[in-house]
Amino acid sequence: MSNAAKARPTLRDRLNIRERIRDRDTAVYGILIIVAVLFPLVTVYATGGTALVSHATRAGYWVLLAIGLNVVVGFAGLLDLGYAAFFAIGAYTYALLASPQLASSPAHHAVHINFWILIFGSLLMAALFGAILGFPTLRLRGDYLAIVTLGFGEIVPQLFYNFDQWTGGINAVGLIDQPLLPAWIQGPWSGDGDFKIVSPFSFNTDPVAFYVLVCFLIAIAVILVTNLYRSRLGRAWMAIREDEVAAAAMGINTVTTKLLAFGIGASFSGFAGAYYAADVALVSPDNFLFIVSITVLVMVVLGGMGNITGVIVGALVMYYLVFYLIPGLPENATSLASSIGLGSLNQSSGDWPGLGEETQRLNFIIYGGILVGMMLLRPQGLLPSRVREQELKHAAVLEEASAVEEGARA
Amino acid sequence: MRRSWRKHLRSRRERVPESTENILELTNLTKRFGGLVAVDNVSLHIKRGEVFALIGPNGAGKTTLFNNVTGLFTPTAGRVVFDGRDITGSKPHQVARLGIARTFQNIRLFDYMSCLDNVRVGRHVRMKAKVWDSLFKLPWERREEERVTEEAMELLRFVGIAKHANQYARNLAYGQQRRLEIARALATDPKLLLLDEPAAGFTPQEKVELMQLVKKILSRGITVFLIEHDMKVVMGISERIVVLDHGEKIAEGPPDEVRKDVKVIEAYLGKSA
Repeated sequence: MSNAAKARPTLRDRLNIRERIRDRDTAVYGILIIVAVLFPLVTVYATGGTALVSHATRAGYWVLLAIGLNVVVGFAGLLDLGYAAFFAIGAYTYALLASPQLASSPAHHAVHINFWILIFGSLLMAALFGAILGFPTLRLRGDYLAIVTLGFGEIVPQLFYNFDQWTGGINAVGLIDQPLLPAWIQGPWSGDGDFKIVSPFSFNTDPVAFYVLVCFLIAIAVILVTNLYRSRLGRAWMAIREDEVAAAAMGINTVTTKLLAFGIGASFSGFAGAYYAADVALVSPDNFLFIVSITVLVMVVLGGMGNITGVIVGALVMYYLVFYLIPGLPENATSLASSIGLGSLNQSSGDWPGLGEETQRLNFIIYGGILVGMMLLRPQGLLPSRVREQELKHAAVLEEASAVEEGARA
Repeated sequence: MRRSWRKHLRSRRERVPESTENILELTNLTKRFGGLVAVDNVSLHIKRGEVFALIGPNGAGKTTLFNNVTGLFTPTAGRVVFDGRDITGSKPHQVARLGIARTFQNIRLFDYMSCLDNVRVGRHVRMKAKVWDSLFKLPWERREEERVTEEAMELLRFVGIAKHANQYARNLAYGQQRRLEIARALATDPKLLLLDEPAAGFTPQEKVELMQLVKKILSRGITVFLIEHDMKVVMGISERIVVLDHGEKIAEGPPDEVRKDVKVIEAYLGKSA
């Protein structure tokens, strides 16, 4: 082999920058990181308020939920229609153990455990319930499993309604503690009123703090799930999804593997639940109804089942649709009508209720129409999963090397 | 008390294997589905390192027998002893761990996974990584992944489809899919390989290649137990044959004897022939 072909690899070659940019996942993560960093700066500067940042923090827990459900539905192929139940369990774990609620319960003592500890407590609690639900039901397959999870999703909010001695029932749990930054992060300037990096960066006053927190949680979740996806367990999940009988014949214990999918998927929603409870500071059973499970499922399917970047984008798009675009439509329609000289449409007359009211009434039709349209245009999801290119390139390189070897032997 | 008894049992079981000459022994194996007797009181034994064939007309219970051995079905009666160990009623994944791998009559690959991943799934039972190791990508988990990737590539080369490593399994040609299934089964490091009609739908050329492949597998020290319809293949590679008809064993012996057996000829061609 000539020396020219074996030139020393430059730093650029070694970092593989071009390859990485061409890899779609890396590109999407890059864009998401840039957007995540710029979003609060731009919106706060442009609107002078933090309303949009609060929206983004709320989109964050939907992203966490979608990442978790993707493990169950996208990787392992188990249709879970009761995912909100685990979210509720995580949220209530935090709400009860970090609020005055338990003082008015038979326990008579309020408990206030630190957020940073409880977020893992909620995670474990949700994982535990995932395993408890999974253990008797995972012998079921496909549609049957879906019905059981649907039942579980219905039962859990009812339990929180009816155990009102402990949970406050319909009155919800309020006054939930907010996280405190540990002193070592607040730094030596923490007691110093004059020293400010951004603005007073605290969870009590600043939505940006929650925004930063959720970005970190998402980053952690993405790293962990990606690791799992590219592991022995991730392959076992996919094998079960593709053909359970063949997977078992290859030595995969299908029951424990599915149980792990359920437990790990649930633990992410427990994570999200604790964060959610801390953010909104008020947890009621109404926040965890069937529609929540379905919305997360739509995020996963619409984003691209089985692909982590896909479900993140799917969750963001769906959040924008459901919680921003659609609720804002009537107002936007009204102001659009007035600005183009059709202000008369805004007045109600006879059967016509006025444009704003009419749009309000059509909300769900518009929402449904968008969903149908998106699924017709991209049935595989916005960013469908693909065979992992990087690893396959690795395989191709190995193959080439072996061909060279064989040639040398011959 | 109880624990020591278990230990005793286990140690007894573990002592046996190396001394057994037969890798698989079926004793009076019976499988009923309601009123239908699919496998009827079949006994047979397979010696280490041989190629053993199971033949018989359609519906004779050949695949059902395979399923009873690999744990997909639990036998109604009788015993399955593998490598000196009673595995009657074990779960499929336990059977695979002990060292029996199989392919399926109607190919059952993981369609939307790459060929490489299909084979790496086969390696699953011989891997040690636990959830925590994978979650945090511990260095030794990384090394195990690399090693398994190389082993999987080696197996793909062994069956001759390495250049398709990065394609979805479903995109392979039919014959390549059969080979991939064999590679996936070999990845579990089996002592006994069960092939369910591996030559079905093959061209004569492909059949010759398959027979060469089986010989290569044999030279790795793996015993082969196959179901096959094609007499050329069966006669060409197997040392002993058992013939099933209506779930019953009607003949057993080396190919030349079985071919001349009156009962076998009747079963295949009907009485008038």
